[in-house]
Amino acid sequence: MNTKKHHTDHKIYGVGASAGISIGKAYVMKKNVIAVTGALLRDDNEVIKEIEKFEIAVRMSVEEVLTIKKGDRLKLKEEEIEILETHIEFLTDPQLKADVYREIHRDRRPAMDAVIEVIKKNVGVFKNMDNEYLRARAADVQDIGDRIVKNIRRRKSHDTPVFEPGTIIIAEDILPSDAITLDMTCVTGFATSLGGKTSHTAILAKSRTIPAVLGCGNALTGIDDGDVLILDAINGIVIVNPNEACMEEYRAEKDRYDRKRQSLNSLRHTPASTTDGVGIELLANISGADDLEESWEYGAEGSGLFRTELLFMNRDSVPPEEEQFEYYRRVAIRSKGKVVTVRTIDIGGDKPLDYFGLGQEENPFLGYRGIRISLDKKDIFMAQLKAILRAGVFGNLRIMFPMISNMQELRVAKGILEETRRELEENNIDFARDMPVGIMIEVPSAAVTADLLAREVDFFSIGTNDLCQYTLAVDRGNEKVKDLYNPFDPAVLRLIAYVVEQAHKRKISVGMCGELASDPRATLLLIGMGLKEFSMSAVSIPAIKSVIINHSYTRAKEIYEKILGMDNSESIINYLQQQT
Amino acid sequence: MISNDYVITAAEGIHARPATALIRLVKRYRSVVLLKKGEKSIRLNSMLNIMTFGAKAGDTITVEITGDDESEASLAIDKFFREELKKI
Repeated sequence: MNTKKHHTDHKIYGVGASAGISIGKAYVMKKNVIAVTGALLRDDNEVIKEIEKFEIAVRMSVEEVLTIKKGDRLKLKEEEIEILETHIEFLTDPQLKADVYREIHRDRRPAMDAVIEVIKKNVGVFKNMDNEYLRARAADVQDIGDRIVKNIRRRKSHDTPVFEPGTIIIAEDILPSDAITLDMTCVTGFATSLGGKTSHTAILAKSRTIPAVLGCGNALTGIDDGDVLILDAINGIVIVNPNEACMEEYRAEKDRYDRKRQSLNSLRHTPASTTDGVGIELLANISGADDLEESWEYGAEGSGLFRTELLFMNRDSVPPEEEQFEYYRRVAIRSKGKVVTVRTIDIGGDKPLDYFGLGQEENPFLGYRGIRISLDKKDIFMAQLKAILRAGVFGNLRIMFPMISNMQELRVAKGILEETRRELEENNIDFARDMPVGIMIEVPSAAVTADLLAREVDFFSIGTNDLCQYTLAVDRGNEKVKDLYNPFDPAVLRLIAYVVEQAHKRKISVGMCGELASDPRATLLLIGMGLKEFSMSAVSIPAIKSVIINHSYTRAKEIYEKILGMDNSESIINYLQQQT
Repeated sequence: MISNDYVITAAEGIHARPATALIRLVKRYRSVVLLKKGEKSIRLNSMLNIMTFGAKAGDTITVEITGDDESEASLAIDKFFREELKKI
């Protein structure tokens, strides 16, 4: 029996479906399989009886699900109530009923065989769907089928097992209603052979914040009741009977993770306002739809910078409009009405792409890059604009041009945008008509003419990395001069303050998406200048938020006033460090 | 018979939650409601059928309503597709 038993420290790999680490003992859930009887009904009388059996079993099943739903013992989460609602719909489905009737009536099969057959067929259909979400619904169909069969056989619900504290459940799969009715207070983890990120076990684990490693395949069969397990759901690993060193490592890791989680959770729903009530918008910089979930976790209220370069990288040719449309649309849909600022491609400089044929340049940062390439390669630019405008129908997108250095450039870019809109209009293609248009302010010439540029756009976003290196004439990548690169230099700060001031004057919104936005030393100073929108890598949001919620706007203004009288970055940084 | 076209905007097509809401809405009317996409056609009263119908984001689907209360039903279903489906 124990021939398959795993050795110490045996590792099993699956999909981490709900993050976290759990250490505990295995409880192996076994599944009883019910086979068809193969009997055939002899006469119409039996047919009527079997149909009646089926109907009664369905009614009992609906009752059971309603009872689970009403039961307050379980303290059901919203997601779980939804699952049960779906089950009631499946149980009373007219198509299911018609199929079962046909099996009983035409094929003369007993109710139980008919249900097993029809459920098997439907489970098969769901399992073969090309959409992960729908594939996961196969478990729902199996679940309601099992329930009807159980009621046809007039079996009582099997007692729910009682778990010891620190139990990690090992199962082939956990059927949705089982998962809901299990007493979870002592369960600290799940590992299953089947299932993936959108399965019920994943939903359940997430809603209860229990670590889960799913889709482990047959490797789990060697685990016995009582085996000590480490469930690393961050990396999707199950470690069976770990040695002491490994345990020690994971205890520390778990501690770190849990503490981080806790501090995140406590800040996540706290609005980012100063102690005197000035609201600040904290946004995430993203590269695609996959970054959104993490952004929400860290409390982002949208995205101030959606870099589109990722889609253009690691390939041999420009992605066609349709592919771009799909990519942007996914972001639009998944951002649930929150603002997302889509920056048109910003390649060249430090981000070269072979198929654009950019070639070697003496001074790439002062050369062919950003909007300059887009304006030159108009067909590529228009395809991207079309895709963005079309995707705008599905969410709250803004469009942003990088590297604008003067008014002519902006006007040409806007002209092409207008031409793109006309083309979509003429071809009767749906697009977001009033999508806001903004520019990055990252070239000093744009910063000092912010008053002029502000007349022609809906928003500014200050890119501090380039603004700093262009203003100070410092290449950050050059070891010999990189110490001169300093966004706290009065020259850079003056430019930023001027841009913010001019944006306010023209009543357009202004944000910052460069590295300075995620530097907690700069937060109060920037707020003091009047900046109210910060976009950064999502992980930085909690740190910036905690600065904001612990200080007042009045204080921020004082700090800015004070800095105005300082003539070098060293004293400015020293002063700022004393303030927070 | 009333017929309306819609574009599915929900990320993964019609999910269980909106499908449940839609079926319950349709059940309030006597009219027969069909959901069509290309050659495929199903009745809008079955969860199994809706979910296996395979409507994806971006697809254009046609809803056909026939019966003595078709105008009321059509108004309610139209409202559902225009307002509710977007939120989900």
